[in-house]
Amino acid sequence: MAALGSPARTLRGLLRELRYMNAATGRPYRDTAAYRYLVKAFRAHRVTSEKLCRAQHELHFQAATYLCLLRSIREHVALHQEFHGKGERSVEESAGLVGLKLPHQPGGKGWEP
Amino acid sequence: MWRSCLRLWDEGRRLLNRPRGGLIASVGPGPNPRLQARAYAPLTGPGTEGAWNPGSLASRPLSLQVSWPSLLLPYHLGGGLREERKRFYQNVSITQGEGGFEINLDHRKLKTPQAKLFTVPSEALAIAVATEWDSQQDTIKFYTMHLTTLCNTSLDNPTQRNKDQLIRAAVKFLDTDTICYRVEEPETLVELQKNEWDPVIEWAEKRYGVEIGSSTSIMGPSIPARTQEVLISHLASYNMWALQGIEFVVTQLKSMVLTLGLIDLRLTVEQAVLLSRLEEEYQIQKWGNIEWAHDYELQELRARTAAGALFVHLCSESTTVKHKLLRE
Repeated sequence: MAALGSPARTLRGLLRELRYMNAATGRPYRDTAAYRYLVKAFRAHRVTSEKLCRAQHELHFQAATYLCLLRSIREHVALHQEFHGKGERSVEESAGLVGLKLPHQPGGKGWEP
Repeated sequence: MWRSCLRLWDEGRRLLNRPRGGLIASVGPGPNPRLQARAYAPLTGPGTEGAWNPGSLASRPLSLQVSWPSLLLPYHLGGGLREERKRFYQNVSITQGEGGFEINLDHRKLKTPQAKLFTVPSEALAIAVATEWDSQQDTIKFYTMHLTTLCNTSLDNPTQRNKDQLIRAAVKFLDTDTICYRVEEPETLVELQKNEWDPVIEWAEKRYGVEIGSSTSIMGPSIPARTQEVLISHLASYNMWALQGIEFVVTQLKSMVLTLGLIDLRLTVEQAVLLSRLEEEYQIQKWGNIEWAHDYELQELRARTAAGALFVHLCSESTTVKHKLLRE
């Protein structure tokens, strides 16, 4: 009774996620083991008798779970980069926030080598 | 008005911008290098969820746990010093050994933090772990590799728990199950909880033939002993790896009933996470959504729950494909 949608949609989503993951590494996503496994599994389980195919539902559920995993990891990393990935401000920037500038001492501070 | 909450069932996806550019150049120093990314799945117990500090400008991932002290471990591939490790391998591949499937990074074999060989029983799980390692760019972000973490926990068993202890730890959550803990006011929230959570409880009661009530008292629901026994014997039918996964999901969702719904394919991951965070969603609808907190936690919870659920399913199944002869 889980609202899973159609298997084609799940497969398309999975391929899209694989494409995003491999876009940055530059390798074509059709070469990955994950792509081959997914396509093989979906093809194998398509041709079964429709009546009470629990295995088909299980496979679809696992595929949907994996899709959720990939999608949420990607969005989590994106959120992290956007909001939490910047690190701390440097001392110059912090001073600049309140309109101050760090003093410039040509001889260096006394304790620095 | 609260039917609008039910629209969330249909997964109105919050559209997020795609990651900026194709190459994610690491901005800033990234996760605090002095803290160690976790190598194992978080342990059950109070306060294990990293408390989010709103004032912090530092860029640590939300859920940094204290890992196995990595300075005491030998320096090796899977469990090396957990600072900013660059991606040091080009290819990730899978081979089949006697114990199961193994992951190779270039030509070296992946090992767990305790230097055991990383073997998984299922091919699909091995492929998923390999994909995780393959998807790392520039630096290795251990906090995104949930399946690897779960496999490490199962292989190493750092807390040295046997099957009974695991089962008891999971069933213990039933006493403070999120779904059974109801509020008394505000009215709309009470109604929302009744509409969303009651069907799941009824399904669980019918499926297992037990009684799980719901209660508004501060002591929580009183779960009869028979319920606990039935659930303990049901969980005993899963193997050790699947139990680690189940206990992980219970810790994340803070609810045993929702976990049962997940492993019995009754709820999808998105639905289970929504039900677990019902009150938060209610408050978000009322007061607004804060992307860098709410969405961040939502995506992280979804990722971990999905990883746990997938782990359980892949570890507790066995696939056989019988080819039917096509009859003319």
